[in-house]
Amino acid sequence: MSEAAVEKALDQKMNTVPLKMIGKDVSVYYGEKRALFDVNLNIRENTVTALIGPSGCGKSTFLRTLNRMNDTIENCRVTGRITLDEDDIYDPSIDVVELRARVGMVFQKPNPFPKSIYENVSYGPRIHGLARTKADFDEIVETSLQKAGLWNEVKDRLQEPGTGLSGGQQQRLCIARAVAVSPEVILMDEPCSALDPIATAKVEELIHELRANFTIVIVTHSMQQAARVSQRTAMFHLGNLVEENDTDKMFTNPDDQRTQDYIMGRFG
Amino acid sequence: MSTSLLLLIIALIGFVAYFAGRARSLAESGNKLATLHSLPGYHGSYVAIGAVLPAVLVLAAWLIASPLYVDSTVRSALPDTVQGQGDAAVQLALGQVKAVATGLNRLDAAEVEAVKTGSANLRETLAAKGVALAGEGEPYMVEAAEQFNTMRGYSRWLMSAAVLLVAVAGGLYAIRNVTTRFRARNQVERVMLGSLVVASSIAILTTIGIIGSMLSEAGRFFSMVSPMEFFFGTVWDPRFAAAGSEGASGQFGLLPLLGGTLYIAFVAMLFAVPIGLFAAIYMAEYASPRLRSIAKPLLEVLAGIPTIVYGFFALVTVGPFLRDISTQLNGLITGNYQNFIQAQSVLTAGIVMGIMLIPFVSSLSDDIITQVPRALRDGSLGLGATRSETVKKVILPAALPGIVGALLLTASRAVGETMIVVLAAGVAARMQLDPFEPMTTVTVKIVHQLTGDLEFTSPQTLVAFALGITLFVITLCLNIYALYIVRKYREQYE
Repeated sequence: MSEAAVEKALDQKMNTVPLKMIGKDVSVYYGEKRALFDVNLNIRENTVTALIGPSGCGKSTFLRTLNRMNDTIENCRVTGRITLDEDDIYDPSIDVVELRARVGMVFQKPNPFPKSIYENVSYGPRIHGLARTKADFDEIVETSLQKAGLWNEVKDRLQEPGTGLSGGQQQRLCIARAVAVSPEVILMDEPCSALDPIATAKVEELIHELRANFTIVIVTHSMQQAARVSQRTAMFHLGNLVEENDTDKMFTNPDDQRTQDYIMGRFG
Repeated sequence: MSTSLLLLIIALIGFVAYFAGRARSLAESGNKLATLHSLPGYHGSYVAIGAVLPAVLVLAAWLIASPLYVDSTVRSALPDTVQGQGDAAVQLALGQVKAVATGLNRLDAAEVEAVKTGSANLRETLAAKGVALAGEGEPYMVEAAEQFNTMRGYSRWLMSAAVLLVAVAGGLYAIRNVTTRFRARNQVERVMLGSLVVASSIAILTTIGIIGSMLSEAGRFFSMVSPMEFFFGTVWDPRFAAAGSEGASGQFGLLPLLGGTLYIAFVAMLFAVPIGLFAAIYMAEYASPRLRSIAKPLLEVLAGIPTIVYGFFALVTVGPFLRDISTQLNGLITGNYQNFIQAQSVLTAGIVMGIMLIPFVSSLSDDIITQVPRALRDGSLGLGATRSETVKKVILPAALPGIVGALLLTASRAVGETMIVVLAAGVAARMQLDPFEPMTTVTVKIVHQLTGDLEFTSPQTLVAFALGITLFVITLCLNIYALYIVRKYREQYE
């Protein structure tokens, strides 16, 4: 089979994956300043989509539009249409709180609440009423921590404060916290930028495993990380979506010169 | 030469010295600034300081020391008959001598002669010139007054001469030091440092002085009334000592006052804490920046109102309102139109003090709530929590130690508050639990014991110092504990 044919086959395989979220002509303004220019980007189900690009290119801004975290920023305005399973998430009838339960988020800096590990994980289920009895909560906490690969490290000290863990453990705790709500999509905003290489490797491994149950969108500054964890990659530059492609193709034979330059480290 | 004129001349000398020093440094450098260790301005300042500082110090020392010396000389020159009558009489005579001395300066030579020989009445002559004399005045006083005036004249003259001499000498000495390599900059820095240290020591020494004076007066009180009786007594009845009723001592029980203080402060906190805290949460978490920029200063205007004005408010508005509404309520329920809330009551004082405390609670809590990192908010909102869930479950628990600290600071203000309780709570010192009845506080009783004609020898007045030191210790402990908690909290997010 020729190289082109292989590519085509791969494309087709990837294209059969259903779309979880669809962004159409998404633009974001911070006051007068426009941060995103008509971005059209689809997020595929049970796929890790990496958003890459130089600082200030709008990748985090786009990520935050997906669960409307931009609402918390003063003077921020979003135009265009973003759907989650066909529902327009910016429709006035949509409950933001419910949306965020379906589209969870993990932040750049680990931000465990100043509570115990147990309470950190049970926080989401508690506010959403996902469990009633102590046993139910125990189970959610255990499975979430297991999914986040943290159970064995913390099972004997669930009542100790989450802030007492190491940076990598804290970030996995935050992932467990997000997982505990059983979201459909998990957004990760440079989840490893504050972690050392070993903790980073653990989180990356975890992302791999989470893919089976969740749709993941990850913003990253590390090309290697994007190549390692994602199946699809989107490249942003100056508020524009430059290219969106299969990760393998993106890192070997990108369509756009700017992508090539960025990946090769010629700007950014 | 008057002191202010002298100061003006010193300033003038300093001014000249500044330019002399500046010019000299420039001349030394041959107009090449780079060869100078310090800029010409520093050399100028150095010379000016050299001229002004010692002169001012000499002036200050003289102004303190000279009256002491003159007084003691004149005192020892007073006739033995006066000396024999004890300290109080000598003081009185000295006071009259000084008044006469002031008066003599306004008389002409003939009149002076007349009062000296006793041919004219001293008191009347002086009264005609606008100087009131406490007693009739004795002939010896005129002599003493003349001596006083002469000595004062000499002292003034000598002082002027000495001060000016020191100023000129200091300036000359300083200017001789000015060379290209002279480190005038470092010297000026040292003087700056010195003046800053002096300023802070004045503040600290004043505090120590206040505590010291309170302690010593309280000590005198406790030598008359036993501490047991004071701290554990349940009856406050100081019985102002009427003239001639020596030894008729009252009862100085602290407990009714302390109880009233804490009760009223508690009621005030009951009003201020929820309202202030809710306002703070609204300001910090919900209000748009525009609204916040208008509403927050408005809320803080409340903090700028003098507490006596709150007192009026309590006296003419809140108190009568509570009384009338209780009358109506009682009438509606029992048919008996009798008010069950007094106009002056714990409730009135508590409500008005609570209003006064709202801005403290809200402003301090607002600062603490906004200090909670944004990451925690985002984390909670990102999990699908509503704003109020985020506030309730994440932000308030995280800010709790700081808020407790803020509340303790507020409580210490409530305990020390005076003017509102004077007007709103009444003066009846009693121990009871009915918030509708008047009660009184430690501060009110301090005001009471220390108004009017006073002699600081009886326990009736000295008790004020014991009360004061008790209050001081309570608020100090609250403040220290609050600061400790606030500081501990601050370290958490760094």
